[in-house]
Amino acid sequence: MRALVAMSGGVDSSVAAALMLEDGHDVVGVTLKQWEGAAGEMPTAGCCTVADAEDAGRVAAQLDMPYYVLDYVDEFRSEVVDRFGADYMDGRTPNPCIECNRTVRFRALLERTAALGCDVLVTGHHARIRRDDDGFHLLAAVDGSKDQSYVLHMLGQRELARIRLPVGEMRKDDVRRHAARLGLRTASKPDSQDLCFVRTGDYRDFLREEFPEAARPGVIVDTEGVEVGRHGGTVDFTIGQRKGLGVALGEARYVVDIEPSTATIVIGRKRELEVRGCVVEGVSFVAGAAPADRSVSVKVRYRSRPVPGVLHQDGAAWRVDFTDPQLGIAPGQAAVFYRGDEVLGGGTIARTLQSTRHPRY
Amino acid sequence: MLYLDHAATTVLRPEATEAMAALAADGYGNPSGLHGVSRRAKNVLEAARERAADLIGADHPLEIVFTGGGTEADNLAIAGRALVGGQRGGIVTVATEHDAVLETARFLATMGCDVTIVPVDRSGRVDPSAAGAAVTEGTAVVSVMTANNETGVVQPVAAVAEAVTAAAPTVPVHTDAVQAFIAEPVDVAALGVSLLSLAAHKFGGPKGVGLLYVRNGVELEPVLHGGGQELGRRSGTHNVVGITGMVAAMEATVADRNSYRHRVAAARDAFEDGLRGYVPDLVVNAPLDARLPQHSHVRFPGVGAETLLIRLDQAGIAAAAGSACHSGAIDISHVLAAMGMTAVEAGECVRFSFGWVTQSGDGPFAADIVGKVVEDLR
Repeated sequence: MRALVAMSGGVDSSVAAALMLEDGHDVVGVTLKQWEGAAGEMPTAGCCTVADAEDAGRVAAQLDMPYYVLDYVDEFRSEVVDRFGADYMDGRTPNPCIECNRTVRFRALLERTAALGCDVLVTGHHARIRRDDDGFHLLAAVDGSKDQSYVLHMLGQRELARIRLPVGEMRKDDVRRHAARLGLRTASKPDSQDLCFVRTGDYRDFLREEFPEAARPGVIVDTEGVEVGRHGGTVDFTIGQRKGLGVALGEARYVVDIEPSTATIVIGRKRELEVRGCVVEGVSFVAGAAPADRSVSVKVRYRSRPVPGVLHQDGAAWRVDFTDPQLGIAPGQAAVFYRGDEVLGGGTIARTLQSTRHPRY
Repeated sequence: MLYLDHAATTVLRPEATEAMAALAADGYGNPSGLHGVSRRAKNVLEAARERAADLIGADHPLEIVFTGGGTEADNLAIAGRALVGGQRGGIVTVATEHDAVLETARFLATMGCDVTIVPVDRSGRVDPSAAGAAVTEGTAVVSVMTANNETGVVQPVAAVAEAVTAAAPTVPVHTDAVQAFIAEPVDVAALGVSLLSLAAHKFGGPKGVGLLYVRNGVELEPVLHGGGQELGRRSGTHNVVGITGMVAAMEATVADRNSYRHRVAAARDAFEDGLRGYVPDLVVNAPLDARLPQHSHVRFPGVGAETLLIRLDQAGIAAAAGSACHSGAIDISHVLAAMGMTAVEAGECVRFSFGWVTQSGDGPFAADIVGKVVEDLR
């Protein structure tokens, strides 16, 4: 079998390539060039930088495998970056890493795997794939603290049949130890946290540059629409934010809504941040169909604990009713449905269902 | 593995290897000193300079300035002319030049130099009268490559030089002959140029060595400042071993050139003929009567070059597309864009380049492998 390994230049994908080689497969490494400056150079901060591509190429050479840089700049711009900006201006909190997985890695690159002479696509994601009589299952990683199954929820049977995630079976410490044993230069490299297309490491700088409207001063209103203050740009706020509002109203206030198109920040009391449910669009299920038992755990942010809820089909969308009210859920983030360790599916939060109705809505 | 990327760099010629090996142990002297060790090194260096001057038809050995490669030679020719005497001289060059010329011109434009880029026609050739017409009294240098590194298209350098001289007799013409030297007769008098760049590794010499021919009387501002070697035109301790290897490779190249032209052209033509059996709609991106004999720059309609090159690598054929940036990704070539190609068309082009080690069976052998991979991808 010949495996195509998507190498970011980090330790996880380096070890993923090494593990495939150790399993006796032919391995081809690629780095996706996703973002470039005006002169066509790769970025120097964030992940997927020139230095990262150099690291990936060096690891591939140390492992004695072919390695290429593939140009995905156009796809990445239109499918990920433009959508990130448009979603933000639409008042959402998008997750561009999920969009990149959906459209670039596990669509464009996966579809090209055979043309590149390879049988499977391998990435360094921390998650596990299992196969039984029912088909393929997507499970959380062995190392729960590094689990990335949330950002892979869009994968279905067709995709999982052609994907391998070898490091999801290992604890992160063991991944690093394995890299160190092989003498790979990425062994002690820190995990990347930043968005690859954000030069400074702060997505707000990117929005200020690319979408000046996001940095437009505007008003802060309460949930009844009464102006209670002013701000220097919606870009500085996130749903659930309590600090830095510059408004003193006795009882603590939180950002409950952001409207970049009108440069309005809506603040409210903690209970006004509570939601009893949310509507999820673009839902896919790993098994190909919704589970019979609609009681699931739902993860509404990358780094949050799953909470119990019940799924209801609502036309083309799905509604999640949380068992207990939840705080600070942001439209644009993914809602991912779990049962225990297993990812059942997920989609994008379109809107939240408030516990207490705001008069404004 | 069959290496068909000789235009990127080629195999060291045995003459170069031997010349350098002979100096490797005790050829360490710095030619700029006064003692015996230095004198011996100086003697080797100046003998190499005389032979190099002879091989390109220079009038005097001191018209040869040794550099650290072709890029440096181009930088010295362009920037050295534009900045003479604290001036901001004008630069006239062509849209399909190597980045060593174009990027230098762009940098100089940010310093206040006037840069004029002359277009090419769809075949990649520049119109000599257009180059002549672009010259003004402020022009410090006109730069037109002898042959293009990507497509192999040969430029009418002598006609350009004639047109420039007719327009402004004192404006020197530079030619980047880096890609052409292995195949084309390069004589500075016949070309009518005052500046000419060579890079050793393109014709079987070592990497990191080149030269700039500077016609006697053409003033240059140095780009590298320091100890004042090369009559102040290029500071830095001489790479005597590398220079010796380069000049040995130059001699071997000139002696082999006629035979080489026939060998690589036969292999290249057999390759393209064989390829047409698999790819009837194959497009050759150069005028057949004005391209280097080793270049086969072709378009496979409907097949992306990036995927094709990776599959060819797996199948044992080393070829290239566009110009690789330092990260290794393929960028759309400015050369093909200047020839009026769309981005999609440019993204379907691959360069196969044969070399001095090419064997007669290499063409048909490569055609079968490439043809089958292209068929599989279509």
